[in-house]
Amino acid sequence: MLGEVVIMKGNEAMAEAAIRAGMDGYFGYPITPQSEVIEYLAREVPKRGGVLLQAESEVAAINMIYGAGGAGARVMTTSSSPGISLMQEGLSYIAGAEIPCLLANVNRAGPGLGTIQPGQCDYLQTVKGGGHGDYHLIALAPASVQEMFDFVYLGFELAEKYRNPAIILTDGALGQMMEKVELKDEKLPKPDISWASTGKGKRKERNVITSLYLQPEKMEVINHNLQKKYKEIEENEQRWETINTDDAEYLITAFGLSARIAQKAMDILREEGHKVGLFRPISVWPFPKKGLSPLLDKVKAVVDIELNAGQMIEDVELVNRGRVPVKFYGRMGGMIFSPDELVDFFKKEVL
Amino acid sequence: MKEGYELIYERPKSLIKVHNHYCPGCTHGVVHKLLAEVIDELGIENETIGVAPVGCAVLAYDYIDVDWQEAAHGRAQALATGIKRMHPDKYVFTYQGDGDLAAIGTAETVHAANRGENILVVFINNAIYGMTGGQMAPTTLEGQKTSTSPYGRVIDDMGAPVKIADMLALLPKTYYITRQTVADVKGVRAAKKALKKAFEYQKAGKGYCLVEFVANCPSNWKMTPIQSFEWTKENMFPYYPLGDVKTPEE
Amino acid sequence: MAKGYIEFDYEFCKGCELCIQACPVNTLVLTTKMNKKGYRLVEDAEGKCTGCASCALVCPDAVITVYRQKKAS
Repeated sequence: MLGEVVIMKGNEAMAEAAIRAGMDGYFGYPITPQSEVIEYLAREVPKRGGVLLQAESEVAAINMIYGAGGAGARVMTTSSSPGISLMQEGLSYIAGAEIPCLLANVNRAGPGLGTIQPGQCDYLQTVKGGGHGDYHLIALAPASVQEMFDFVYLGFELAEKYRNPAIILTDGALGQMMEKVELKDEKLPKPDISWASTGKGKRKERNVITSLYLQPEKMEVINHNLQKKYKEIEENEQRWETINTDDAEYLITAFGLSARIAQKAMDILREEGHKVGLFRPISVWPFPKKGLSPLLDKVKAVVDIELNAGQMIEDVELVNRGRVPVKFYGRMGGMIFSPDELVDFFKKEVL
Repeated sequence: MKEGYELIYERPKSLIKVHNHYCPGCTHGVVHKLLAEVIDELGIENETIGVAPVGCAVLAYDYIDVDWQEAAHGRAQALATGIKRMHPDKYVFTYQGDGDLAAIGTAETVHAANRGENILVVFINNAIYGMTGGQMAPTTLEGQKTSTSPYGRVIDDMGAPVKIADMLALLPKTYYITRQTVADVKGVRAAKKALKKAFEYQKAGKGYCLVEFVANCPSNWKMTPIQSFEWTKENMFPYYPLGDVKTPEE
Repeated sequence: MAKGYIEFDYEFCKGCELCIQACPVNTLVLTTKMNKKGYRLVEDAEGKCTGCASCALVCPDAVITVYRQKKAS
């Protein structure tokens, strides 16, 4: 049965999904181009239940998430690039203390204050950890408003399953874009929070949420346990989409907004008789090696397309290990390539 | 117990019996003990969540037998906000030093206070960074020598010592702000009453309470514990006067 | 004057001497005895303890337990 279908912005879709999924609390700070999330929640949460608080900064917001998540609540925050940078300290603590929570980065182009136009230049920050220490966020990259909605559910599920922060890596264009969304009408089941700091209650043992272990022997064990968890996530949670890869001689790798535009370019090239396929990572961490690797034995070349200076290409190359040539096309600073621009690049540099 | 005698004082139940890492004569121990006594007396050990700072009290969670969270430096009141908003029926307190609360965490402190978060903030002001080895704190007194103000704090260069309790008292949503000491028996008794009152206010949903302790740091002040209390009385009390800074309008 | 006595949990004592200073009847002294950590220990040398608990209140390490003679009823 089809759920209710509405037209909404990507940012609003994330907010609506959070309420429907059973989010207990949202702590955030306004920043363009994601402020619609907190604005939507500010209208809806008082009517539909839950906690919403506008923090004094992104630093405070992520630490409120740390506190509330550590106290067993299903919590979320969203921001955009400069704000996400401010959250890195808190994220490192959250990852170290193994607190589930969901973030979204509605990426704008940097560095610095940059611009409010969309970009994908926070890819490496997102997938390699971002803050200090050896850790990972579970990172999902939607390419439609529907996926912005769906990945809030998936993000909460994965965060709670692995007690790990999850992040939706999207961008200003998808955040502002209005599209059709089929809404789900289900609440996620309450996770086990026996580990959380909720007050001892009837527990005999108290719970302490911390990432501090002064003895190196102990801290190494903590690290080994984290790495074991990350291996398990890499094993179980790689997600990707392939289009026209069965007969592809050339493969495009692109995520999020870039993949949408690349898909259009692929269609044009196909119409002209070029066998081009598309590989779209959905989980950007864990990177979908399992999906990509077999394709690299079949194609003549890869073209990696991103709205940055070439970041995901590093992960593509790590899977490729020199098997086929990998070319890169990107735009920066908030500029977005057109399908025709990509087709031209293909014709000049690849075919 | 000898026959014909009664128990007058014993270690509070909620103070976990382990060796703590504090230096001899450090007032952290007394404040921990008072918190444990108050938690015991109110019978709230199963409904209390503490938030530990970064600083000497970073391991406070090893010593008081309640649930805890360990915050990043300065962020304790943001964590406490998150916890309390999710569990308004639980008791939530932070335990923070001067660097944590009044330097790196000033924004979190001011805004938690401004929102009138229904939490207790226990503030240890010993005018120095203890854990990192005696550097200047926001509350270091004029002329006071530390490892980063080796010729004494110069106000024209380094700013004046911050009276954060007085600053917070100006905010309309703060409820009870008081400055206490544990440098003598009288002080200990008064401080315990203040802590208890703050927990009771929290139960009644009154909002933001801060109990500041004008405290010591014998190791980094390079004094014996007894000298450190004499120094506290002579130098700290005139600038940080004891007593209630803001009391509730009943 | 009430009569009292105190017990020290010596292994937790750090010899900071704050109890000695707090005692209103000056009955506590620092001895040359040491605990395992090498801290010098305090005793009620004079036997004048009144059970007022001042020493216990200021003790940062909560090592002192205080007893006082019951009042004749």
